[in-house]
Amino acid sequence: MIENIDLGMVNWARATFALTAMYHWIFVPLTLGLSFLCAFFESIYVKTGNPQWKSLTKFWMMLFGINFAIGIATGIILEFEFGTNWSNYSWIVGDIFGAPLAIEGILAFFLEATFFAVMFFGWERVSTRMHLFSTWMVAVGSNLSALWILVANGWMQHPVGMIFNPDSARFEMDSLWEVISSPVAIGHFVHSTSSGFLLASLFVVGISSWYLLRNKHQKFALRSITVACVFGLLSSIFVAFSGDEHAFVTAETQPMKLAAMEGLYTGSAGVGLVALGMHNPLKQPGDEQDPFLFKVEIPKILSLLATRDLNGFVPGIDDLLYGNPAQNIMGVDEKIGYGKQAVTALGAYKQAKKDGDTAGATAALAVFDQHRAYLGYGHLLSVEHAVPPVSLTFYAFRVMVGLGTFFILLFALYLYLLKRGTLERNYPLLLLGVLGMFLGYVAQQAGWIVTEVGRQPWAIQDMLPVTVARSNLDTGTVMTTFFLFLLLFTALLIAEVKIMLHQIAIGPEGE
Amino acid sequence: MMFGSLEWSTLQQLWWFIISLVGALFIFLTFVQGGQTLLLTVPEGEDEKSLMVNSLGRKWELTFTTLVLFGGAFFASFPLFYSSSFGGAYWVWMAILFTFIIQAVSYEFRTKPNNFLGQKTFELFLFINGSVGILLLGAAIGTFFTGSAFTLNDYNFVQWGHPLRGLEAAFSLFNLSLGLFLVFLARTLGALYLSNNLDEHGLVQRLKNAAGLNFVCALPFLLYVLVRLLTMDGYAVNPADGSVFLEAHKYMYNLIEMPLNLILLVSGLVLVTAGVILNYFTASVRGIWPAGLGTVLTVLAIFFLAGYNNTAFYPSKLDLNSSLTIYNASSSHYTLAMMSYVALLVPGVLAYIIWVWRHMDREKLALGEVMSDKKSY
Repeated sequence: MIENIDLGMVNWARATFALTAMYHWIFVPLTLGLSFLCAFFESIYVKTGNPQWKSLTKFWMMLFGINFAIGIATGIILEFEFGTNWSNYSWIVGDIFGAPLAIEGILAFFLEATFFAVMFFGWERVSTRMHLFSTWMVAVGSNLSALWILVANGWMQHPVGMIFNPDSARFEMDSLWEVISSPVAIGHFVHSTSSGFLLASLFVVGISSWYLLRNKHQKFALRSITVACVFGLLSSIFVAFSGDEHAFVTAETQPMKLAAMEGLYTGSAGVGLVALGMHNPLKQPGDEQDPFLFKVEIPKILSLLATRDLNGFVPGIDDLLYGNPAQNIMGVDEKIGYGKQAVTALGAYKQAKKDGDTAGATAALAVFDQHRAYLGYGHLLSVEHAVPPVSLTFYAFRVMVGLGTFFILLFALYLYLLKRGTLERNYPLLLLGVLGMFLGYVAQQAGWIVTEVGRQPWAIQDMLPVTVARSNLDTGTVMTTFFLFLLLFTALLIAEVKIMLHQIAIGPEGE
Repeated sequence: MMFGSLEWSTLQQLWWFIISLVGALFIFLTFVQGGQTLLLTVPEGEDEKSLMVNSLGRKWELTFTTLVLFGGAFFASFPLFYSSSFGGAYWVWMAILFTFIIQAVSYEFRTKPNNFLGQKTFELFLFINGSVGILLLGAAIGTFFTGSAFTLNDYNFVQWGHPLRGLEAAFSLFNLSLGLFLVFLARTLGALYLSNNLDEHGLVQRLKNAAGLNFVCALPFLLYVLVRLLTMDGYAVNPADGSVFLEAHKYMYNLIEMPLNLILLVSGLVLVTAGVILNYFTASVRGIWPAGLGTVLTVLAIFFLAGYNNTAFYPSKLDLNSSLTIYNASSSHYTLAMMSYVALLVPGVLAYIIWVWRHMDREKLALGEVMSDKKSY
């Protein structure tokens, strides 16, 4: 299929996608959560008729609008980048991957776009109830859009509902329902959206805490914090539970990713969880070096999390690469062998069809069918190519989980002091609240690093490596695009932050 | 209706219709882009400019979303086009996308204090989107008729045969004319839309004049495109074996052999003309509606011309048999059938868009409202 692989081009294409996705994910989680918070605030205004709640709603809506615009700008590139930088991918799995994107457009984007105009400019043009309805529709639309794109991403992590068609040499969908209802897709959706709610809550708490520290807009800040903390606490607890479930599913569907998340090279039963540790950067698969320079481990917990059994077996990177017959694990080395036979047989089948050689085509197809499950492995460059960057995945996972735990405590403490009526005097906690807003963004990025870096080298898990998924472009072209995006997105981010800081400094109207 | 029981070829034709419809609606909605280019010349003073920006700013997301849907629907229904065109004609698509990225933030950021790049820069972004973006989009659509320099290997992976990677499309007179026609059409539609939406007498009068003037500017390019379409060789498909060959006057024959399409094209052009005349020669400001409907019908006819009646809609100049047709570029029968069920929701989506649009536009937009609203663009 692919004769010459330009790894430089592939890596620049990966970097471009990572850059776009990471910028996009600065803005999207805030949109997901802040849309609901605005809907909560406006609902309270409509229920109470208190104009201060209206003013509060309008303030957060304005920040929502500034953030929303740049989220759209980075989002359009993501959709089209599949075509421009990953054109082989677009053809090979467009049948399956394109469908959720199209459904997202029909079901979600129009909902957002249509009601967004009412939410922002309809205060005096439509009735109070229609305005409230529009605000809720923007929240529903934003989160519906996340559903479809995360279904698409979930399918890349765990491809289901499809078959490989040797005639077209591509994957074709045979069950839309399986694609939508895949536990990985659902897990992605609930974990990502609830983490968006969490981030938006941290955002509201952070800015409101800053007002309290400056003795400004106190009533406004306390009201905002009350709603955001309740939403944030519930979301952060849900994030923890959904994350646990997500890790359990990952252990089943992407064991290499889980092994990288844990820096686990040699699998065993009753494995402990490394709560804190420094990964040995010189460690290579198959060697005798200790994977950690130091570590603090909680006994048996990884087995419990991954298998729901304290003594369950969790495979390590070496088991997955070189096989472990005792645990019935086929190694990547063996899979590559079968995969290469599948690739050769597919080529022979296509050639025989072209030549009108029916018997040859039938024979080649029989060989292909025997090894088709390992087709993707036939394109790996080496056994070690199947290992994702371990250090990055390991540390990103710990940052995400550590911060997630911290956020639960932060919201709980805020609510406790709110109830006691002493929050506005507790400066250290308020400072922590401001810091928490920034840490929320760090946790979001770390989460996606775990998800995407941890599944390398696969564009589609076990089916299609990134080296095949790429477009036929030269390195210079993709590198140029990378720097153009970097320049543009950074300029727009600076603009957004400056505008937002100015609006935050002005504060809500009518206070 | 059970889409699963339909023939694959029927679904492929249905999806070409849906893609054409979304594309036609998008071209109608480029009145937003056209309006953006009018900001330089039509308004007298900042207040009038703000009024125009705020009117367009309440619709820009619809255009943007329709473009995203157009991309998503193409991806799902004709993935080989998505991979070949976007992965091959790389720079032209990147350039178009860049103009839409800078548009997306410009409304929100333009007049916000402390916006880093300054109001003029964001207004320049809007102009670039409305001019360069639409021109290149027109040039890219032009390649549906003039062809592109690509080949596909046995696995349908694209190889592009021109170093400009798609930007060469803009150097064809036909493609360039189509692009310029779309730019002036968008400006015409923008002026018609704004004249209907704004409550500012002097500005509305200037917009009515601008609609007429831009329509006149669009005519030579339209005429050139039409004459070339009737006279050029086209990329025909042999239905027996799917092979592609050049046929003299293919697109003219398509019009003759699909008389309904000829009616669509003629009635579309008549309606656009009628809309402009209505606005220019009478006191009415409702010309946007016939002109908008006319635009949709005209673009539908152009897409039908490219894809139906055994025609290759994305032809290759380097290797005729690498050309894409609605039959060799489509998704599987299953995907097209499933997506057809989803498409049944489109009328519902259109219904709520129209409902909201009517609610929001019951009263024309006036300076007072824009000036008193702190969230104005």
